[in-house]
Amino acid sequence: MFKSRANSVLRLTAPFKVLVQRFTFLALVGTALGLMVVGRAEVRFVEQARIAAVDAVAPILDALSRPAATISQTVDRVQGLIALDRENTLLKQQNNRLKRWRNVALQLETENRELQKLLNFVPSSALSFISARVISDSGGAFVRSMLINSGSRDGIREGQIAVTGDGLVGRVGGVGQRSSRILLITDINSRIPVVTETSQFRAILAGDNSDRPQLAHLSSVARVLVGERIVTSGRGGAFPPGLPVGQVISVAEGDIRIQPFVDMSRMEYVRAVEFGLDGFLPMARGSGGEEVKP
Amino acid sequence: MLWSRLELVARSLTPMAITLLLAVISVLPMQIPSFGAVSPVLSLMAVYYWSIFRPDLMPSVAVFGAGLFQDILSGTPLGAFALVFLLVRVTVVSRRRFFIGNSFVVMWWEFMLVAVGSQALVWGVTSLLSMTLISPSGVAFQVFLTLSLFPCFVWLFFRAQQAFLRQS
Repeated sequence: MFKSRANSVLRLTAPFKVLVQRFTFLALVGTALGLMVVGRAEVRFVEQARIAAVDAVAPILDALSRPAATISQTVDRVQGLIALDRENTLLKQQNNRLKRWRNVALQLETENRELQKLLNFVPSSALSFISARVISDSGGAFVRSMLINSGSRDGIREGQIAVTGDGLVGRVGGVGQRSSRILLITDINSRIPVVTETSQFRAILAGDNSDRPQLAHLSSVARVLVGERIVTSGRGGAFPPGLPVGQVISVAEGDIRIQPFVDMSRMEYVRAVEFGLDGFLPMARGSGGEEVKP
Repeated sequence: MLWSRLELVARSLTPMAITLLLAVISVLPMQIPSFGAVSPVLSLMAVYYWSIFRPDLMPSVAVFGAGLFQDILSGTPLGAFALVFLLVRVTVVSRRRFFIGNSFVVMWWEFMLVAVGSQALVWGVTSLLSMTLISPSGVAFQVFLTLSLFPCFVWLFFRAQQAFLRQS
């Protein structure tokens, strides 16, 4: 008696269960599609939720990224031991060269100071920077960004410029409490006003997720040679002028490629520099303003 | 009684825990030149494996959550991997009987189709949302790397299944 009742309940619930499962699946697919659309519109709430989620995982990433870095350092050290003698000779040569440059720099510094005195030049405000460890890689072919282990509590702010000793890395995108995302110059959404250092032709450095971003919107009369250095132009106010970006590596018909000075895949630390520039992300600031009003 | 219940719950969370862990591992900076761009989609393997062998422990909601987690970590458009994982699950679950009776090579072959399909979908979605054509060569290499590592991870999943989920 009891068994037959249980059976009939089961017979009733089974199709119901399938129905619920189907509905759940469709609802989830709908949610995923909706998220894509909402994410595209850069709704503030979604962005904040995303940043909060990254913040929560950041300590785990921080802890796990340390062994990976240690292993790579050990490999480097062993390789270094093997090539010690050759490297020593190279470094001596380089040291001599750098000493020469140091003299030149000191000379120029004095000259610069004298000229500034002549012009009553007011130097731009002192830069502040925050060093941070890289705790995640882009993890795929679709986005070029990385997470660092510093956030708003360490003084990181959206729009700061990420650099290493070699040159420009990218720009700080989303900022959480203890982690932030850096949009690399190789990312598909990255557009940076640059200028060729010697010939002074303006262009836009456009990332396309490859290791070598493209030099776009170059004047048709411009002649760019392989090996020429590319620096930021400072136009648009998002980047300060003169930051080293990369070197022209190939010049083909309408396709000029830049090799960035920074090796993005071997970066362990970056510096987020505050240049005190206001030309950032007018959209994000606009929506921030609206949020305060009501 | 309570303890054994807790243990049962903990054991049944194994597939989900492995999937999330793999998502974290796949974004760790490995300091290998150009690796970040082609790092294999480890969580896809987990979603595929557990959808075949323990779909009861990998319900749609869990798969959706894992996809969202992957999106958040890697910075892909929110919902892209969530959608892909859901589609992978529904495809795999509908062909489950076929997988279970067959050899590993068949499973590997089917995973190739799944990996190619899902990466192509993410590629399409990301390209569409950013209004630019992303170079497909990096994506192709990523699929290749994912496929080559598949046997090692299946072995790990199998060991985990033996260790934690044998009696249930």
